[in-house]
Amino acid sequence: MTKFGPDPIFRYIGKKRRAKEDPRFVMGRGRFAADIWLPGMKHVALVASPHPSARIVSIDASAALALPGVHYALTGEEYCDACDALMIGVDAPKVERYALARGVVRYVGEWVVAVVADTRAIAEDAAELVEVVYEPTPHVIDPEVAIKDDSPLVHPAHGSNVILHKHFNWGPVDDTFARAEHTLAMRVRWGRSSTVPIETFGAVAQWDPGQELLDVWASVQMPKFPDQLARALRLPGNAVRVHYDVDVGGSYGVKRGIKHTTLVGYLAKRLGMPIRLVEDRLENMRGGDMHGPDRIFDMNVAFDGNGTLRGLKIRAIDDVGAYAGRSPFQLGKPVTAICGPYRIGAIEYEPIAVLTNKTPEEAVRGFGQSPTNFALERTLDCVARYLEIDPIEIRRRNLIRKDEFPYKIPSGSTYDSGDYHTVVDKTLAAADYPALVAQRDAARRAGKLAGIGISTCLEPNGGNSGFEPLLNPKNDTTTWMDSCLVRVDLNAAITGVMGTSSSGQGHETLVSTVIGEVLERDPETIRVVRADSLQALPSNSPVGSRMAIMLGGAAAGAARKIREALIDIAAHNLRCSIEQVEYRDGNCSVRGQPDKRLTWEQLVGIAHRTIHKMPSGMEPGLQAKFVWDVPTGGALPSPDNTIQIYPCYSFEAHLVYVEIDPDTAAPEIRKYVCGHDCGVMISPDIVHGMTYGGIAHGIGAALYEKFSYTADGQLQSGTLMDYLIPTAMEVPPIAIVDHCTPSPLTTFGQKGSGEAGYLGGPAAVGNAINDALAPLGARMDETPMTHDALWHTIHNARSPEAK
Amino acid sequence: MRAASLDEACALLVEGADETKLIAGGQSLVPMLAMRLTRPSRLVDINEIAALKQITIDGGAARTGACARQAVVARDDRLYERVPLLRRTLAWVGHTQTRNRGTIGGSLAHADPAAELPLTAQVLEARLHIRSARRQRVSSAADFFVGPLTTALEADECLHEIEWPVWAERRSGCAFTEVSRRHGDFAMIAACAQVALGEDGRCTRAAFGLAGGATTAIAFPALAARLVGTKLEDGVVRDVCQDAAAELDPAGDLHASAAYRKHLATVLAARVLREAYTEAYAMAGAGSRPSPR
Amino acid sequence: MTEKRHAISVEVNGLRRTDEVPARLSLVDWLRDRQRLTGTHIGCEHGTCGACSVMLDGEAVRSCLMFAVQADGHRVKTVEGLCNADGTLGVLQDSFCETHAMQCGYCTPGMLIAAQALLDTVPDPTEAQIRDAIGGNLCRCTGYQQIVDAIKLAARKMGSGPNFEPT
Repeated sequence: MTKFGPDPIFRYIGKKRRAKEDPRFVMGRGRFAADIWLPGMKHVALVASPHPSARIVSIDASAALALPGVHYALTGEEYCDACDALMIGVDAPKVERYALARGVVRYVGEWVVAVVADTRAIAEDAAELVEVVYEPTPHVIDPEVAIKDDSPLVHPAHGSNVILHKHFNWGPVDDTFARAEHTLAMRVRWGRSSTVPIETFGAVAQWDPGQELLDVWASVQMPKFPDQLARALRLPGNAVRVHYDVDVGGSYGVKRGIKHTTLVGYLAKRLGMPIRLVEDRLENMRGGDMHGPDRIFDMNVAFDGNGTLRGLKIRAIDDVGAYAGRSPFQLGKPVTAICGPYRIGAIEYEPIAVLTNKTPEEAVRGFGQSPTNFALERTLDCVARYLEIDPIEIRRRNLIRKDEFPYKIPSGSTYDSGDYHTVVDKTLAAADYPALVAQRDAARRAGKLAGIGISTCLEPNGGNSGFEPLLNPKNDTTTWMDSCLVRVDLNAAITGVMGTSSSGQGHETLVSTVIGEVLERDPETIRVVRADSLQALPSNSPVGSRMAIMLGGAAAGAARKIREALIDIAAHNLRCSIEQVEYRDGNCSVRGQPDKRLTWEQLVGIAHRTIHKMPSGMEPGLQAKFVWDVPTGGALPSPDNTIQIYPCYSFEAHLVYVEIDPDTAAPEIRKYVCGHDCGVMISPDIVHGMTYGGIAHGIGAALYEKFSYTADGQLQSGTLMDYLIPTAMEVPPIAIVDHCTPSPLTTFGQKGSGEAGYLGGPAAVGNAINDALAPLGARMDETPMTHDALWHTIHNARSPEAK
Repeated sequence: MRAASLDEACALLVEGADETKLIAGGQSLVPMLAMRLTRPSRLVDINEIAALKQITIDGGAARTGACARQAVVARDDRLYERVPLLRRTLAWVGHTQTRNRGTIGGSLAHADPAAELPLTAQVLEARLHIRSARRQRVSSAADFFVGPLTTALEADECLHEIEWPVWAERRSGCAFTEVSRRHGDFAMIAACAQVALGEDGRCTRAAFGLAGGATTAIAFPALAARLVGTKLEDGVVRDVCQDAAAELDPAGDLHASAAYRKHLATVLAARVLREAYTEAYAMAGAGSRPSPR
Repeated sequence: MTEKRHAISVEVNGLRRTDEVPARLSLVDWLRDRQRLTGTHIGCEHGTCGACSVMLDGEAVRSCLMFAVQADGHRVKTVEGLCNADGTLGVLQDSFCETHAMQCGYCTPGMLIAAQALLDTVPDPTEAQIRDAIGGNLCRCTGYQQIVDAIKLAARKMGSGPNFEPT
C-alpha cells in the first residue's frame, strides 16, 4: 500500500465526474426488483397477526383457496418443517426465527400465512378470506419490564427475554470514578426509527428443476445472503444463484430480506412457478422486520473541573423486538469507537439486548453508532453546562490531537488518522460562528427560543465484524473480505467485475475510477458489471462504510496486477528490464528511449493473441482477481476483551442552528454546516450526496421519526402518513466543508463514508434544541423531539411548579 | 363507471344504494380504498362532468363547482378578489400534486376533522348545494359537517356546488394558519379568520374557527361577535380565543396530545385574528390584496 | 366471477395506447404492468411519497391515486417521455446527472416529473419554490440538496433562471 501526504495528487480520484449509474435512472431505466417480470410469475400476499402475542389455534384457508386465481396458502406448519431457522448472531439458539409463524405469533404484523395468486390484488382478496383463530397470551412492550424476571416471555424456551448481556471493563474504571473530581449521571433515549427506504423489499424466485437451481432477484443489501438463503432452504450453496444486477431502491442497512426470500424461494420450488413478493408499505413497516435501534442509555461520566473527561460508564439496553438476526450486534459495533473522538482512559460498557413483542430490528446505517454518538454527545454537552464551559471549548480540550495518531482506545481499536481540531475550525469558519452566535442571541432577545448545537463524532469504517466474537465467543467469524476482478478483452476494453449489489452508493463509478487511476485509462471507457452469486468472488456487501476501502482496494489491487503484467510483457518485448519500463496511459516505453514503445492496444494484443511473444510461464489473456481482508486484519478478542474492529475512522463535526417557536413549539433548523473528513474522496459528488442524505436521515431521527407502539403492542405509525420522513421543506440547505487526513492503511488514503451525516446529525440537532431550551432551564434527552414533546417540555418549564 | 352528467351520477347513486361511492379527485378516497378501510363495490367517476367544475361569480356570491380542482380554484384571481380566504386556505392543503387532482367538493364531502376547506366553509358560512335524483337542497356549512368523516349527505346525494359568501366590506382582511408535523401533513390545529373594520378601525364583523380540535371543524360566531366594536386588543383577543379553546375537546393521538392541541388552538386563533385585523387595517388606502407565501 | 373490463384509450408519452382494464387497476399499475413502463415507481400506494408521480394533461399527479379507467381520453407523460425525441437526455435529466441529484434512483422519476411540472409553469423558480414543488416527493438518499441544485441548473440552462451557482 502506498503512503500519501496530506495533499495526494491523482488524475481521476477526487475529481468531479458524473456517476455512471445516473443516466439509466433519469431515463427511468433502472431495474428494480418490482421491475423483474418472468412468464407465469405468481404473487404473494401475507396474512399478518393482529396480536402482539397469541397462540395460533387454527388456520382455515379454504375460502381463500376457492377464489379463482389462487394457487396456494402456505402456513408455518409446512414451511418450518421444510426449512431451517434463519441465522441468529448472538448465543441464543432457542430464539428461532422463520419466515412464517408456527404455533404462536410474537408481534403484530408477524406473517402467518402466505397466499399465492395470479395477481397481487387477488392474493390480497384471498388473504382477507383466510380465517385464523388466535388465543391471545400475555405480551410485553416495555423493555425495562421485559428485562425483569416476572415478565411474560417472548421465547419461553430461551428462559428470559435477555438474549445478550455483557460487561466490558477497559482501563481502571472503578479507580477513576472513585478519584474523580466530578461525576454526572443521565439517561438518554433513542427512539425506535429506521431507514425506511422509499422502495420496499421485493424478491422474485424461480426454480429450474432441470438444473436444480434457484434463481433469485431481490432488492437486497446483505452479507452472506446467498449462503444463508441456501442454508435455510436446505439447498447446496451452489444451488442458489442471486442476481446482483438488480438496482436496489435505497437500503442504508435494512434490506436484508432473508425471511422474505426464503419464503419466496420455498414457494417457487414447491409450486414450480416463479414467485414474487413485493411488500406493500404496511407489510414493510409492520412485518418487514426492518426496525432500527431502540435504546435506553444510562450514562455516567467522570471528569475534572476543567472539563477533561476521565472515565465513562455506558449501560445500553436495546429493544430488539420479537426475533433477532444480526441486529443485536448493533450493540457491539460501537465498541470500536466507544469513547468517540475523545481521550478517555477508562470505559465500562454494559450492552443488553432485550426481546419484546414488537417488530424485529435489522441493521441500520451506522450499525448502532449513531445512537451511541447521540448519547455521548448529549452527555458531553451536559458536562459542559454543569461546569459552565462552552460546548465547543470542552470538545477542544478532549478531542484527540492530530499528533496523537495512530491512537489506540481502551477497547482495543486504533484510530488510523485524523485532525479533529482543524475540522472543527473549518466548520466554525464555514458557519461564520460569531455571526451565528449573534444571530441566536438576537433571536432570543426578540422572544424566540434559539439554540446552536455542535457534535463531533466518528464514523468508523472498513466493516470488519470483530464485534461478532466479542459478543458471542461461540462465533469465531474474523474474515470480512472483499474482491474485484478486472479484465481487459481482446479489443482492449476494460471491464471490472464486482460481486454484490448496490443501493445508490455509486460502486460502478467507484470501481471504474479506481481502475482508471491505476491503469491510467479513462474511467469513462471502463465498464463495471456485477457477477451473480455463483460467479462472484467473495464479498461481504456494502456495510459499515466499507466499499471505498475494500472494494476500492480490491479494484486497485487487481488493476495493479494487470499493470504489472503489461510491464512484464513490455520488458520482454522491448528487451529491457522491468525497472527500465516507463508506463504511461497504458502504453509502455523504455525509459529515455521513447521510440522503443508498445501501445496499450499492442500489449493487449500480445497478451490475447500472440503467446509466442509472451514471457514464458505467464498466464495468457489479461485478467486479474484480487481478494483481500480488512487492512488491520481479523483476530479474536484478547482475554481482556480488547479487539481491533474497524480499521479506519472518518470524522464529522456538525454545527446546527435551530429556532423553536415559543408559542407553537414548532422547531425549525435554520442553518446546517457539516465539516467532514473521510480521507481521500474517490468520488466527491457521491460522498457529498451520501452525507447530505445521512444528515436528512439524522434530522428525521432527531425530530420526526418513530415507530410508536400502544400498550397493546399495536404499531401506530405503520404508514408514511404517520411515520414522518423529512421532505425538502424540513431539510434545510446544508453546507459541507471537507478536510482530508488520508488513512495510512488504504490504497489511496481513502476512508469509508456511506454512513456520514447520520452518525453525527441527531446529536447536533439534539444539542441545538437543548441549547434553545436552556434559558428555560429545560432539557430533552430523548428522540424524536417532536412538536408535542417540545411543547410539554417548554410548558412544564414555564409552569409555576417549575419555579 | 364514468358519469357524463350530474343527472347520470345521481341516477347511478340511486341504483347502487350503499354499494356505490362517488370518486372525484380521489386524494382522500383512494388511500382508504388501498388500505381497504372502505369497500364500495362500485365507483362513479364524476371528474369529467364540466358542469361540476365551473367557477361562477355573480352579485354577492362566488360559487365553485364541487369538482373544481383545488389548484384551479387557488389560481383564480376573480375568486381571490372576492373570497381571498380560499386561496389562503388552499396554500395549506396537501401538496402541489394533490391539489392538481383534489377537488373542493371532495375535501368537503370527506370531512376530515383537521381538514382546511371544511374549516373555511364553516367560518365563511358557505352554502352547499346538493343534488339527488329526488330533489335539490341547500345545506348550511354548520349543518353539513356532522362528525368525523361524516356529512349530512345521504347515500344518493352528490355535492353540486358551493356558494362562498362575499363580504361587501371594503376594509376586510383574512388569514389562515396551521401547525402540522411536516409541511403538507394533516394539521394538528388549523385556524382561520376574517375580519371587517369600519373607518374608525373598529371591528364591524368577524368570523373565525378551528379545525383539528373536535369531531368537525368549528366556527365560533358567538365568540366572534364579541370582537365587534373592538380594535381586537390583545386582551380581548386572548379572552375570546381562550373561550374558543375551552369549547374544544380535542383527541390526543400519535402526533399531538389533547393538551398541546388546546394550547395551539388559543395561539393560532389569536394569530389569525391579529393577522386578519392587520390586513384589514392596512386597507385604509384601498389597493389589491397581497398574494400568500 | 371475473372482473368487468373497461376499454380505455390513453395517450402515453405521445403514443395512443388502448387496453381493456378492470376498474380497480390503478394508473401506476397499468403503466408498469400493462404498458411495461417501469420507470414510474411505487413507494406507498397511499399518496404520500410521490414516487408514482406522472403528468396528467400536463400537471403532476400521483398515479397511485388514480384508476387507469380515469385516464381514458387523457394525456399521460411518464419519466420515459422526458427524453428528447432522439433518445438523448432532456435538459432537466442532464442537469440531474450533472449535480448527481440521485443515488438509488427510486424517487428520481417522480422528482423529475415534479421538477418538470414546476419549470413548465415557473421558469425561474426561487429555492423556496423549488423545495415547495418537490415537497410532496420523498427522497431518502440525497437530503434534497443536489436535487435542488439540479433544478436551479436546469432553469439556468433553459435560459430563464438568474445566476444560481450549483454548489
